[in-house]
Amino acid sequence: MTSSNEALAQTASSADAASDSTEESGAARGAQGRGTPPSDTSWRSRLYRWDMKASPYAFIAPFFIIFGAFSLVPLLYTAWYSLHNVQLSSLDSQTWAGLKNYTNLFDSEFFWNALGNTFTIGVISTVPQLIVAIWLAHMLNYRLRGSIVWRVVMLTPYATSVAAATLVFVLLFSPDNGMINWALDLVGIDPVNWRESDWGSQLAVSSIVIWRWTGYNALIYLAAMQAIPADLYESAALDGANRWQQFRHVTVPMLRPTILFTVVVSTIGATQLFGEPLLFGGVSGTKGGSQHQYQTLGLYMYDQGWINGNLGKAAAIAWSMFLILLVIAAINLLITRRLRKAQ
Amino acid sequence: MRTARTSRRAMTFAVVAALATGLLAGCASDDGDDSGGAGGSGDKEGATTLTVGTFGTFGYKQAGLYDEYMKLHKNITIKENVTTRTDVYWPKTLTRLQAGSGTDDIQAIEIGNITEAVQTQANKFVDLGKEVDKSQWLDWKNKQATTKDGKLIGLGTDVGPMAICYRKDLFKKAGLPTDRTKLAEMWKGDWAKYVDVGKDYMKKAPSGTKFVDSASSVYNAALGGAKDRYYDKSGNVIWDKSEGVKKSWDASMEVATSNMSAKLKQFDKPWDQGFANAKFATVACPAWMVGYIQEKSGDAGEGKWDIAAAPTAANWGGSFIGVPTASKHQKEAIALAKWLTAPAQQAKVFAKQASFPSTPSAYSTLKPKAETLAYFSDAPLTQIFSDSAKTIPVQIFGIKDQPINTAITDTGILQVEQKGKSPEQGWDAATSEVKDVLGQ
Repeated sequence: MTSSNEALAQTASSADAASDSTEESGAARGAQGRGTPPSDTSWRSRLYRWDMKASPYAFIAPFFIIFGAFSLVPLLYTAWYSLHNVQLSSLDSQTWAGLKNYTNLFDSEFFWNALGNTFTIGVISTVPQLIVAIWLAHMLNYRLRGSIVWRVVMLTPYATSVAAATLVFVLLFSPDNGMINWALDLVGIDPVNWRESDWGSQLAVSSIVIWRWTGYNALIYLAAMQAIPADLYESAALDGANRWQQFRHVTVPMLRPTILFTVVVSTIGATQLFGEPLLFGGVSGTKGGSQHQYQTLGLYMYDQGWINGNLGKAAAIAWSMFLILLVIAAINLLITRRLRKAQ
Repeated sequence: MRTARTSRRAMTFAVVAALATGLLAGCASDDGDDSGGAGGSGDKEGATTLTVGTFGTFGYKQAGLYDEYMKLHKNITIKENVTTRTDVYWPKTLTRLQAGSGTDDIQAIEIGNITEAVQTQANKFVDLGKEVDKSQWLDWKNKQATTKDGKLIGLGTDVGPMAICYRKDLFKKAGLPTDRTKLAEMWKGDWAKYVDVGKDYMKKAPSGTKFVDSASSVYNAALGGAKDRYYDKSGNVIWDKSEGVKKSWDASMEVATSNMSAKLKQFDKPWDQGFANAKFATVACPAWMVGYIQEKSGDAGEGKWDIAAAPTAANWGGSFIGVPTASKHQKEAIALAKWLTAPAQQAKVFAKQASFPSTPSAYSTLKPKAETLAYFSDAPLTQIFSDSAKTIPVQIFGIKDQPINTAITDTGILQVEQKGKSPEQGWDAATSEVKDVLGQ
């Protein structure tokens, strides 16, 4: 994983360097390479040169066309919406609102509540998830009987649909006759109202996230671990390092870029958390509980746009989420640079 | 190895086949639509497919109405597209109406959304006023679906006239009268009187029982008969000033703070169990809830339930069906909508589904199931419900009636009832929630 990433980065930078030099010479080099004499008067060679120049763009065009149509246009249109007063029931009559939708959000207790919930649920789902994943990957990295079976099993939760997983968890966490409360009762702990209590409901939602994504992250870690040269471990073992010490001093430092990658991906996922809390909440799921205990930003946006019909405000929430992600990406970039320098 | 390859090949084949069938099916149904649209009244036999978009259970299919209609009209095939949840159904329908495509030939509208449809989508629906004899329907039902310039965009399906379902056995133990006319007399005219009966009940309440299932149900029932709700005639939000809201809120707060409520949330599982275990003595029951009570209370409740008239005539629920102008088969769709909502058909749906008709001429013909009558101590329930239905005031609904109502019951009342907050705190919580709903 790591090595392939670096390889990609290298090819990318060499490609950049190549595009800096004049394109003419590049094309000419290509032409000479095939043994065609460079002659500007020949119609065939002109077509050939044109083909050399244009084909790559034609090959990458589908992605950019689709990206433009389904990502860029909606993104800009959402920005336009967020500056207007738009109701779901009358999409045609939009009135200019300026920044009112945004100032509205900053005054809204529900927005800050949703932001806080997104953060806490993100932390209590991402941190344990990555720690468990790295531990699992470490275990799987040893010679095991039937290792493929273990890996497939680990990926199964990821392949399950959110809806199916959440419905099962709702049953497990049911306050009256759920299995979790029953197990707590066995060890003498009072039952928890997993839907109404603040921490209880957030823990329940994060447990679904943890269950679904741990195996996925473990496999990414495993791939990176297998790229670590075995002789590092051998020499560590010769020096008398036990497994834990090997893990701390060889595996973790070598995994650093991968860990960073999974942290970024998980953070983005956590910011967009939607399906799990929605389905966990049942009939009035978009509210995230009677006191908005587990209403995430995603849920709040959906509630504003599709339940209350305030599309302008929902668009403002969407753009705020986008800006928050940009900030997270910037922080991440800073940390990466720090780490590189430290190395 | 070999098996792996064959199975992969089989898999690929299956996927391709599935995709191809999907595409073909898509094309086929398009063809059908086109030929039907061109032919109008059907120059090809069996060419017209009408789709009916509904949410929840409308009972048309269950009562066999589609089959019956298709037998009467050989050239028509009816398909029903059901979306289970209203909160998913309505936004989807709104966007399709405005896009002018993707709508069904007949589209159902819930009572909570009818004002929004009348005020913002009127030009997307066919005016049905010229197609039917409007006097068939309850006047207040028609008015809800009529625009300012007199256009009728939907035909009334069912209505939800309210009564009080109560347990005779519990009333007897609490030393209260059990006769339905006597009880109706005791609380007649005001929901506050009903709450007073509740106080009497609690003095000698059988152990483990409460007077009513939830404070929200009292709120909904009281508001369902109030003249003003959340909006005034010109469409302004008056939810925090309206007399109806205030009186209903006060009654529900009385219930929430005086220990006479079982503190259940309606339609949650524990509520169902509350019926089975006789946890509460009364519930404000619209006609459609009668079957629900019978199902959830089970055999143990047979003959112990009775029905009395509610303090004031009130309505809870009920829908409309309209024909979008985007429909390619408007003529056929209008005919079908007319037929589905005609008194005879509404009576059939009542027999099957207990959805109460919005056409008074059907009332004399209504035949409740014998088991239902026995279950509710032979109460004259059609009489009670039709009396209520005829005297329900014309209520003004607003664009965001439903979300405002949810904000008040699920946040305001619930916090007072279940978390022990004061009525003032509950009102404040509801206020900020309503502001959020209105995007303020």
